[in-house]
Amino acid sequence: MTQKPKLMRRILTVDLPALGIVLLAIGPFVWMLMTSVTPQARLAALGVAVTPVDWSFENYIRLVSRTSFLGNMWHSLVVAAGTMVLGLIVSVTAAYAFSRFRFPGRRLLMLQFLLVNMFPVVLLILPLFVMMRRLGLLDTHAALIIANATVAIPFSVWMLTSYINAIPRSLDEAAMTDGCTRLQALRRVILPLAMPGIVSTGIYIFITAWNEYLYALTLGGRNVRTVTVAIQTLIGEYQIEWGLLSAGGVVGALPATILFLIAQRRLIGGLTQGAVKG
Amino acid sequence: MALSVALPKEAVPARPWRTRLLPYGLLTPAVIVTVIIVFLPMIEAVVTSLYEFMLFRPNAARFVGLGNYVKLVQDPVFWITLGHTAIWIGLTVPLQMGLGLIAALILNREFPWRGLARALVIIPWALPSVVIALMWRWIYDANTGVLNEILLRLAIVQSAVPWLADPDTALYAVIATLTWQGFPFFAVMILAGLQGIPRSRYEAAAIDGASAWRQFRHVTFPGIAGVLATAGLLRIIWVANSIDVIFVMTGGGPGYATQTLPLYAFVKARQNLDFGYGTTIAVMFTLLLGIVVAFYIARTSREVER
Repeated sequence: MTQKPKLMRRILTVDLPALGIVLLAIGPFVWMLMTSVTPQARLAALGVAVTPVDWSFENYIRLVSRTSFLGNMWHSLVVAAGTMVLGLIVSVTAAYAFSRFRFPGRRLLMLQFLLVNMFPVVLLILPLFVMMRRLGLLDTHAALIIANATVAIPFSVWMLTSYINAIPRSLDEAAMTDGCTRLQALRRVILPLAMPGIVSTGIYIFITAWNEYLYALTLGGRNVRTVTVAIQTLIGEYQIEWGLLSAGGVVGALPATILFLIAQRRLIGGLTQGAVKG
Repeated sequence: MALSVALPKEAVPARPWRTRLLPYGLLTPAVIVTVIIVFLPMIEAVVTSLYEFMLFRPNAARFVGLGNYVKLVQDPVFWITLGHTAIWIGLTVPLQMGLGLIAALILNREFPWRGLARALVIIPWALPSVVIALMWRWIYDANTGVLNEILLRLAIVQSAVPWLADPDTALYAVIATLTWQGFPFFAVMILAGLQGIPRSRYEAAAIDGASAWRQFRHVTFPGIAGVLATAGLLRIIWVANSIDVIFVMTGGGPGYATQTLPLYAFVKARQNLDFGYGTTIAVMFTLLLGIVVAFYIARTSREVER
């Protein structure tokens, strides 16, 4: 008897508000998705096609055939993967040192990495541009990888430190009692155990580097043009082809969004830990 | 007794220097790389700000001391953009936090598709800023944008509003976009905080006959206050720094209507190639932001002690 009103009540007070929040969050993206499957001619005449009957992949076909979008995806991939590798390699040992040793200067060095993470992009972008120009690195993958690493390294040092902190110290001590040196204990015991943390940190770096725009715009050029810059160049000179642009936006956003959805549980765990403890 | 306590201390040999240097060795790669790619450029930025330096005339660089800074405080655009930065941060961060709090409270309730809802709500966070900016330009479009269409149908406006072309609405339109981009971050952080509040506290409050509002004020809010403060500080820094969305949506225009301080620095350097003055603006912005950063660092350094 009481079951039905209770269910109604739940739907009204919980499900509907939740639906509202979800629609607010994904509505604009869904709108772009629908724009991207509306043929150009229809979009100009009647507006966005809301029903699947009128959908077509015309814009996507044009995107792939008429623009260099696949090439841009490749550049983004190289830059994001490069940033990920550089960021992780440099940070793993640093994170291990912060987690396992207490040494003079530890606090200062940790705070230095935190501080670096807060530096405004706009402060670094101009001198980095001058630096890359001097070194002849403008418009290369290396320039973008280095620029993205300014964000990636401090971030992953902090993330990895908190992941390694969660691994009991007794494990390295046991390994060392069995005759491992410190570095062997790091490689054989800690690294495998920290792998989930390393992977999710890597994914986060990849996503950030893939989505990055200002460095790519300033330090890239004709040879190295990432997806985020390429999307903007889809804006025509006289009029904006929203269908084509939306298709570019959807394709450009897809890799990062999918990775994010796959890794989100662990990622969010790592990201929120610090804030909740503070 | 006293002797036996003191003995082991002396018996332990001094740790070999290799062991003591090991942590520094492990840190060297990360420190060297950050010094080269962050600290050297930063010093170069401070030095550049003391020069009159146009990118297309690199040999005509002239030392002007604090001349650029004097020019900056006399520049009316500096004060305009500083004001915009204050509005920008002052509206965006509280709006993100408020919307994030509402979302977190709703998503913290029990319902069958909660996992799916939580995953979907985070999507704006994962999208590239450029995509977000273009998407909203399309939504705000004066002729064919969906926002105007909805508002016209509901008869809220009488004629289509050129949201991004009108200097009176442009800044607020961009703020709405950034609020949308950033609220999932707060929602996720606050959700984590909510889950840390023991259920027993709510039960105790319910037994005492506390109303829903009183439960929120006396149980929920104290439970997430720490998260709100940390996430809020982080977001102030992040929102202040984020110029990509504005840059793509309006480029700072119309006029200076949506120009914030860091965007002004970027545009000066990029379009006018005036690196000396652009860097000066960037350094000034960094100094101002440093006040917020100091708060955040002080908060976090308690963590590091352990």
